Amino acid sequence: MGLGAYIAVSAALFAIGIVTIITRRNVLYILMGIEMILNAANINFVAFNRFGDNGLDGRMFAIFTIILAAAEAAVALAVVLNVFYLFNSVKPGEADLLRE
Amino acid sequence: MLGLLEFNPALDYKLLLAVPLIPLVGYVLQIFLRNRLPHGDKILTGGMFAVACITVYMAAKAIAATHHGEPFLHHSSEVGMQFGWLYNSANVSSQANMIVGVFYDPLGAAMLAVVGVISFCVHLYSQGYMHGDRRYAIFFANISLFTFAMLSLVLSDNILFLFVFWEIMGLMSYLLIGHFSHDPSQPFFHRWATWASKKAFLTTRVGDVCLFVGIFIFYRNFREFWATSAAAQAALPDFHPLRFTHMWEMGRIVVEENGGVFPTWMTVAGLFAFGGTVGKSAQFPLHIWLPDAMAGPTPVSAMIHAATMVAAGVFLLGRLFPLLSPDVLAVVTFFGSITALFAAVIGMTCYDIKAVLAYSTISQLGFMVAAVGLGGVFAGMFHMITHAFFKACLFLSAGSVIHGCHHVQDMRVMGGLRKKMPITFLCMLASTCAIAGLPFFSGFYSKDAILLADWANLLQGEFFGGWAVMALICLAVGALFTSFYMFRLIFMTFFGEYRGDKKEHRYSAMLAAEGFEGPPPHGHDDDHHDDHGHDAHEDHGHEVHESPLPMVVSLCVLAAVGLPGIAALVNGWAEHLLEPANMYGSAVGEWVLGRLPEGIADHASHIGHESHNMALLVSTIVAWGGLAGAIFLYLMRPDLPSRIASKFGLAYVAVRRRFFVDEVVDATVLRPTMRLALVQRWIDEHVVDGLVLAIGRLGRAGGSISAWVDRTIVDGAVNAVGLISQSFGSALRLLQTGRVQQYAALAVGGGILTAAWLILS
Repeated sequence: MGLGAYIAVSAALFAIGIVTIITRRNVLYILMGIEMILNAANINFVAFNRFGDNGLDGRMFAIFTIILAAAEAAVALAVVLNVFYLFNSVKPGEADLLRE
Repeated sequence: MLGLLEFNPALDYKLLLAVPLIPLVGYVLQIFLRNRLPHGDKILTGGMFAVACITVYMAAKAIAATHHGEPFLHHSSEVGMQFGWLYNSANVSSQANMIVGVFYDPLGAAMLAVVGVISFCVHLYSQGYMHGDRRYAIFFANISLFTFAMLSLVLSDNILFLFVFWEIMGLMSYLLIGHFSHDPSQPFFHRWATWASKKAFLTTRVGDVCLFVGIFIFYRNFREFWATSAAAQAALPDFHPLRFTHMWEMGRIVVEENGGVFPTWMTVAGLFAFGGTVGKSAQFPLHIWLPDAMAGPTPVSAMIHAATMVAAGVFLLGRLFPLLSPDVLAVVTFFGSITALFAAVIGMTCYDIKAVLAYSTISQLGFMVAAVGLGGVFAGMFHMITHAFFKACLFLSAGSVIHGCHHVQDMRVMGGLRKKMPITFLCMLASTCAIAGLPFFSGFYSKDAILLADWANLLQGEFFGGWAVMALICLAVGALFTSFYMFRLIFMTFFGEYRGDKKEHRYSAMLAAEGFEGPPPHGHDDDHHDDHGHDAHEDHGHEVHESPLPMVVSLCVLAAVGLPGIAALVNGWAEHLLEPANMYGSAVGEWVLGRLPEGIADHASHIGHESHNMALLVSTIVAWGGLAGAIFLYLMRPDLPSRIASKFGLAYVAVRRRFFVDEVVDATVLRPTMRLALVQRWIDEHVVDGLVLAIGRLGRAGGSISAWVDRTIVDGAVNAVGLISQSFGSALRLLQTGRVQQYAALAVGGGILTAAWLILS
């Protein structure tokens, strides 16, 4: 099984994440979409590490990304909570103050 | 003993410097601490006593030195005591630098002693006379500064400083004559005083301007001459153009180099300088201020008429005598003799006791000025000295009479006072004998000297003889009238019955009815009643009383100088002191004497003897003649004077109104000036103000145009920029939806399209 299969999985995951972010009406799903995009990137890191000869670099980046994703999720959930307090909703289409 | 009477430069200049400084310090103390210093008047009088002692002591030195024929011209540069005024240290040799020092010469010595003693007497006297006055402390301060100015004037070594103190005296006389200006409790005086002080100030100012011009001419021409003349530079290598000694010496050189003839500019300068004397010494036609100066308190009158102010003018003539050309001297003689006669005639008709004395002063000043004009500089200066004493005594006695009669000045309401005020009477009688020139009183000697100068001129026709004839007539008749009106004063005041208890003889009403020049009294004193003790001439009854001790003491001191014996002594001193060779130094003195008639210079000569005999004859005749006339008209036939007066009719009225000089001045000077002022006021209000207002309006119009431009164009441009930015912003804002997912979709779509384009190309 060659590099192409890994990248295909990664691309699919990325596309699913993007579509999720754009289409879903709930912020929590959008967060999940972001997590998918991050993991699509992780797959790429690991795949290129497996087929290239750059030592442990790719894997180290993947681990960083996972930690980063955890931190980001915490921050994002706090933001969502505040948005909910402010607008009494978690739908991103309704938080459009910038438009005024 | 002799050592004490020698001039000691190390100490004496300090003493001389202390002389003007004591009254100056007194003035400063009094003016600033008058409320805290309980006995400021006594301190000042004590200071003046010290001044009198110093000046007399110093005069004794001058007398001793001149008696031995030693030169006595001292300048404090001998001991390095001098200072630079307007001094440019970058250009030390410049003659524009003023070096000022103390100058002590025989004339100054005599004058200084006179001023010192009389000022002390006036200070002492004022303690009694001015007692209870509202502005008593200020009065003492002012009279001290007045004394300071005169003392400094005498000690000035240059004519510019003389002029400075001359002006200070003008100011102080203004303040002192106007002493009652702020005192509404003086019903008659306080408006008159305001007016009289202004009159005195402005009238003397005319003369002062002349003097200033004269100083300029001397200064400029002497400097120019010195710069071009080798002889002058050799004689005076260190030339100060305004210093008296240098001016005399330079005048001599100028005339010598000019072939013994005075150049025209010296005549012109001398005439201008004489203008200063005319103003200050109240010569015709600027005499009008002096009679009105009696609106001030009587001690001030004594001060002005005797020691200061009017004496300064004659003193100036004495200082400048070597520089006066024969033409100037002729003019001086003319004005002096006119004044002597003119004022004596007026003096005969006055009823106000102080007015008689005022006109007598003018007349006597005419004598002095005429004497100087006739070349008798000794006679003029000596008469100034004797006159200072007896006139001070007369004024203070008159003040004592006024004080005793509760501020009545009209002689018609006096009479019979000799029993009630014996000491005042005796002092006044002694001084009257002196001024009338009765033999062996002081006025006898000085008038004798004046007439001698006149005869000497007469006998030597080459000296402006024509003027001497006129001077002789004026002076002899003036002396006759002097004797007459002075004894008239004595008889009206001290002899006969006391007439002061008649109701209609009220002072101010009487003077007003006489057509007196003062402004009419506001409100009659019957309805003007206040509790101020000074204004007590109505209900205190009419108990006439002798004056308090300080006043009487100063009267006695002043009267004593005029008495026979003492007068002879003074005459002896003065003859040596005021010899031209001693007054101006030997070189200049000789030159001056060479220009004078023989009899004046040398009493022992034939002409001298003859003049002396003639003068003696004339002066004795006129003195006794005046006395006899007064006895006849005022003691034996008291009904005659009014009949004579009515017989003369118009002439009498003319004399009574002082020959209408005031009216003429009023019509020719005051009214045109006032009218000119009105015209100028109109021009000021309409033309000048109109111009200024027009400029203002123009500015305002320009301003409003500028404001319009600012508001519409400049502000408009700024606002337009803002508006454009705002509208762009609003338009661009429409592009934004605020939907996050839309942005994300666009970003991804853009990314895909970019990627697709990259891959496909």
